[in-house]
Amino acid sequence: MTKPNRIVSLPVRIYRFYRDGFRSMTVGRYLWVLILVKLFILFFIFKLFFFPDLLKRDYSTDQERAAAVRMHLMEDQSSPR
Amino acid sequence: MDDLFTVVDWSRWQFALTAMYHWLFVPLTIGLALIVAIMESIYVKTGKVKCLAMTKFWMLLFGINFAIGVATGIILEFEFGTNWSNYSWFVGDIFGAPLAIEGIVAFFMESTFIAVMFFGWKKFSPGFHLAATWLTAAGTALSALWILVANAWMQQPVGMEFDPAQMRNVMSDFVAVVTSGTAVAKFTHTVASAWTLAGVFVIGVSSWWILRRRNVELALDSIKVASWVGGAGILVTLATGDMSAVNVAKYQPMKLAAMEGLYRGSCGQELVGVALLNPDKKAGDDIEDPYLFDISIPYGLSFLANHDFNSFVPGINDLIDGIELTTEGDTIRTVSYAERIARGREAHEALRAYDAAIVAGDEVAKESALANLKVNYPYFGYGYLDSPEEAVPPVGMTFYAFRIMVMAGGYLLLLFVYAFIASYWRPKWLQHKVSCVIAMLSIAIVWICSQAGWITAEVGRQPWVIQDILPTRAAISDIAASSVITTFIMFAVVFTVLLVAEMSIMATQINKYSKEDINKIANS
Repeated sequence: MTKPNRIVSLPVRIYRFYRDGFRSMTVGRYLWVLILVKLFILFFIFKLFFFPDLLKRDYSTDQERAAAVRMHLMEDQSSPR
Repeated sequence: MDDLFTVVDWSRWQFALTAMYHWLFVPLTIGLALIVAIMESIYVKTGKVKCLAMTKFWMLLFGINFAIGVATGIILEFEFGTNWSNYSWFVGDIFGAPLAIEGIVAFFMESTFIAVMFFGWKKFSPGFHLAATWLTAAGTALSALWILVANAWMQQPVGMEFDPAQMRNVMSDFVAVVTSGTAVAKFTHTVASAWTLAGVFVIGVSSWWILRRRNVELALDSIKVASWVGGAGILVTLATGDMSAVNVAKYQPMKLAAMEGLYRGSCGQELVGVALLNPDKKAGDDIEDPYLFDISIPYGLSFLANHDFNSFVPGINDLIDGIELTTEGDTIRTVSYAERIARGREAHEALRAYDAAIVAGDEVAKESALANLKVNYPYFGYGYLDSPEEAVPPVGMTFYAFRIMVMAGGYLLLLFVYAFIASYWRPKWLQHKVSCVIAMLSIAIVWICSQAGWITAEVGRQPWVIQDILPTRAAISDIAASSVITTFIMFAVVFTVLLVAEMSIMATQINKYSKEDINKIANS
């Protein structure tokens, strides 16, 4: 008696496609390690500790941000009146 | 903000470092994707195993380059938020929209189809796999499109209106932003230069194989494909370079004058081929000769800038003074830089008056201020300058970078002509030691050429971060120089390590790809 053909859903087929692909990698393994290390450095070190979005961090509304930029561009930077 | 200029300078250096580092990988990704797609098309059409081996090898190098280069551009976006927050706010959605589209396109298109490219050899039909490879190639170029549209807008700001209430520019015409002359020229010029770069890379690596007497047949076949792609690339780069020159002459004449070291222009202006700039020459000075020596092409610059041998091309001092000449030699007054500064300050005053009117609830004063602001807004950025000379970019760096790009480009054209002829009719030439060494050294030349192009474009547009609207020094955030210096050093270290890692992985793969690998592919 043969086993009935099972219809495999698309998400499962996609999952298996990527799983098999990753398993069969050779050089790709090193590259993925390199990518993950790089992403860690970028997002968890650089972004978190060194590159805050200043306007988002220091002001809570768009109005306040606009006022801060206005102050900077019109009073701090602009040529003397 | 006592250390404003230090912060600006360090932030510019940091941005230059990250952008130039990013640009080491991007053109190779764009160009190699196309070369791989063409190679795979040949394989699908002919069914020859050697074509499959060729495709798989260059696809491997494409993958390595893609992996190392991926996300390096993200750093630039970090810098926008931290170092250039005024700029980020001021440009609003005009800059954000193309970058957001780029992110979506890059993520969905490239990540999906690259997976099919690498994992799907036995899982999909050859036709579907080939389609995925072509879509990857298209995706890499499309990603570049949005970044270049954003960059082009900074050089030719169109399709926007300034909203004083929000203190930012608002996009009013997306099509105008995407199809501006600068955007079209920049995209075509950059993508074609990427094909050129990848073509040289393939020829150089193949020559190394030939030199080592390994995989010679595969190398010669690769050179054939590379000479087609690179040859087409350099020809399109030249043609679109002409398009760029016309746009620069129209929208950034000061940049063109700096590219030529031209202080006083004339009708039938000559084009400087080779020259040594006089370091004592300064903007506003009409006594010193701009060059210590020069070899120039008569009427060349007039033709390049305006496609008219007798047209007038203004020099730096002409632009500052607001002088142009007709072809008959009559003087026309244009807007001098002193007047631009005055109108820029008028725009700033109008913006202040608008703010005061809002606070006072005076509708009439508000409308009057708005009208005044609108009239003078095209000169808004000049209001930040203290003197007309501040509007002149660094002439030396722009001038020499432009010449390095053009001369290297000319050399590369000859290289492709040689590679094309030799690969089809004189393959023995390609096996000569000198030929191999020159081809390998050309890999360095094409990268220098590519970087010199960006230096010309980006240094030449100084002092503007948005042409005429916002100078670079006003775009900077209120941060300490020390924090920028720290991150600059960190980037330099991390980038160097990553670059060494990439080069060593790539070199290992190039070195170990052997006849056994090709046989393995044949039997798989």
